[in-house]
Amino acid sequence: MKRYQHFFLTMLAAFSLLVLAACGNSTSGGEESDATDEGQATGGAIEAKIGVISYLSGAGAAYGEAITQGLKLAQKEINEQGEVHIDLVIEDSAGEAEQAVNVGQKLMADDSILAIIGPTLSTEFFAVAPEADLNGITIMGTSTTVDGIPEIGDYVFRNAVPESLAIPAAIEKAVKRTGAKKVALIYGNDDALTKGGFEVMKRKAEEMGLEITTIETYQKGQSDYKAQLTKIKNSNPDLVLASCLYNEGAVILDQARKMGISVPFVGGNGFNSPQVIEIAGDAANGLIVGTPYFGDSEDPKIVEFNKNYEAEFGKKPDQFAAQAYDALYIYADAIKRAGTGEDRDAFRDALAATKDFDGILGKFSFDDVGDVVMDVTVVEIKDGKFVEFEE
Amino acid sequence: MLIEQLINGVTLGSIYAIVALGFTLVFGVLGIINMAHGEIFMVGAFIGVLTTSVLGWPLWLAFLASIVVTAILGYFLEVFSLRPLRGKKGVSHLAPLISTIGVSIFLENLSHHLFGAGNKPFRAEFAEIRFEIGSVTIYLVQITIFVISVILMIGLSIWLSKTKAGKALRATAENIETASILGVDTKKIITLTVMIASGMGGIAGILVGMAFNSVSPQMGLSMGLKGLAIIILGGMGSVKGAVVGGLILGLSETFLVAYGDSGYRDAIAFIMIILILLIRPQGIFGSKAAEGR
Repeated sequence: MKRYQHFFLTMLAAFSLLVLAACGNSTSGGEESDATDEGQATGGAIEAKIGVISYLSGAGAAYGEAITQGLKLAQKEINEQGEVHIDLVIEDSAGEAEQAVNVGQKLMADDSILAIIGPTLSTEFFAVAPEADLNGITIMGTSTTVDGIPEIGDYVFRNAVPESLAIPAAIEKAVKRTGAKKVALIYGNDDALTKGGFEVMKRKAEEMGLEITTIETYQKGQSDYKAQLTKIKNSNPDLVLASCLYNEGAVILDQARKMGISVPFVGGNGFNSPQVIEIAGDAANGLIVGTPYFGDSEDPKIVEFNKNYEAEFGKKPDQFAAQAYDALYIYADAIKRAGTGEDRDAFRDALAATKDFDGILGKFSFDDVGDVVMDVTVVEIKDGKFVEFEE
Repeated sequence: MLIEQLINGVTLGSIYAIVALGFTLVFGVLGIINMAHGEIFMVGAFIGVLTTSVLGWPLWLAFLASIVVTAILGYFLEVFSLRPLRGKKGVSHLAPLISTIGVSIFLENLSHHLFGAGNKPFRAEFAEIRFEIGSVTIYLVQITIFVISVILMIGLSIWLSKTKAGKALRATAENIETASILGVDTKKIITLTVMIASGMGGIAGILVGMAFNSVSPQMGLSMGLKGLAIIILGGMGSVKGAVVGGLILGLSETFLVAYGDSGYRDAIAFIMIILILLIRPQGIFGSKAAEGR
């Protein structure tokens, strides 16, 4: 008996260590939501609780971090303005569809929560959104750019510019300037965003009659892309179309330039981040992306957003932060028009009626299904800076 | 293209080999799969980034710092998560495996908090030195990685077979009780082994940082799994097997991408494990005697 007891205790000790370590993720999410409760409710403001599902631990935690920081900055400003008082309840999805559904259900079951923002990845969003639609709670993606997202249901929206809008614009301009005839493609084949982007790229390349020299793939967590890049180099393309998230994309750019691939890269939404320059340095020059958000723009709104964000979090905001920031403002705007922070249906109708909302991303409206209507800017990295693409 | 891909494959394979050496050393002596090895490797890479990019230290000092830090981590690993479970009655032989998994999760989350998510660049002038022969570009780093992996293999083999400490280590591996009766300080030997293995993980970390210019808190996991695959392929506890297995895996991954479909790259390691377990369960260089443990 004693023996078993001992064995059991040891196993228990080992497992509790595991559980403790795993807890690190969810509690950190909890703490953050507590920390955001600081602003005190003022008399006349409409109180509203917004649930946030974000990718806060694991390989893509950088995206979730940018998104929640964008949200927190917007929250702080909105609460200071005093018309609406927003509380954020932030949950971690760890980039996994199952966990996103779990925390999503938790938020939906809480009647005090008005609406949801997130999850981060399109893969996760496809799992959570149908559930939200069924429960009659509004859900909006700020970084979900794959085709078919708003079509999930009446309660499903997004303010992320779909890849089918951003990528073709970028490819068209890049081909026009460089006169490219042959393109090579590389993409991450284990993520809905990069896969969706790849399909748009391939379709566009075929439409424009470009010759595709090779199609290469990679998976999350790899750090050596040299084999794929050597193959691309030897196929001598005029342009490389890369559907990558910036973390992998920046490393791919760096390795490609070191290998002697000097042609421009065209990327999707996920490739657009100042972090690319940070990680890849000079190798980042020659990256062309279509984006709703141009961080180095002279627009006073964006300049101020940059300043406030940097003061708050000590780094430059990227597109993910900007889209999240705008998303919360769009929500606040709808809450004001609905006049309530509790009625989920009234909020949904007010949100759907959003038209020509003036955010840092530009003029923003929803179309009939809840998808984005706005203009796309094409930018490129030149001398270590994002500049507007010149033809 | 063939030569370029060959160089890519050998570079990758050499890194795999150094990671696998750390695995095989711990397994050889303790009979434990150290699941935290990948994360110790990751910490080594971060120390490299920290010392060269942030503090601006020269490369040799970065190597030294990385080895020292990872060896200390190895010491803590042994003292806190392996020693308490060793030699106690009723402790399952799987318990140390689980506790090293715990350590690996702890280290990953710790570096996530300390260094933030996402890739960190590794800037070292040394990583820019290259030679061009015809259309083929070779980086000095690539040669260095290969040379270091060979030196480590030879050094480790000599150390194990010729020196007194090496002999004590092998005696401990053979039978821990008999070795301690014969006057071997087994506690010291085991601690030393785990520290050396971790230090080698640190070396591999810096080399990966330089070669691929990408360091992130998650890099340890996939490298750890590959290292595990390699020691099964090469033979558990075999030094030669770790190096040969690493090179085989690196080359086959690279050539699969070059002449096949890049989507299957990560699958190849595990297809190889299945094949080797069916055909030669003890691994390429494994000895049947090891099964008795």
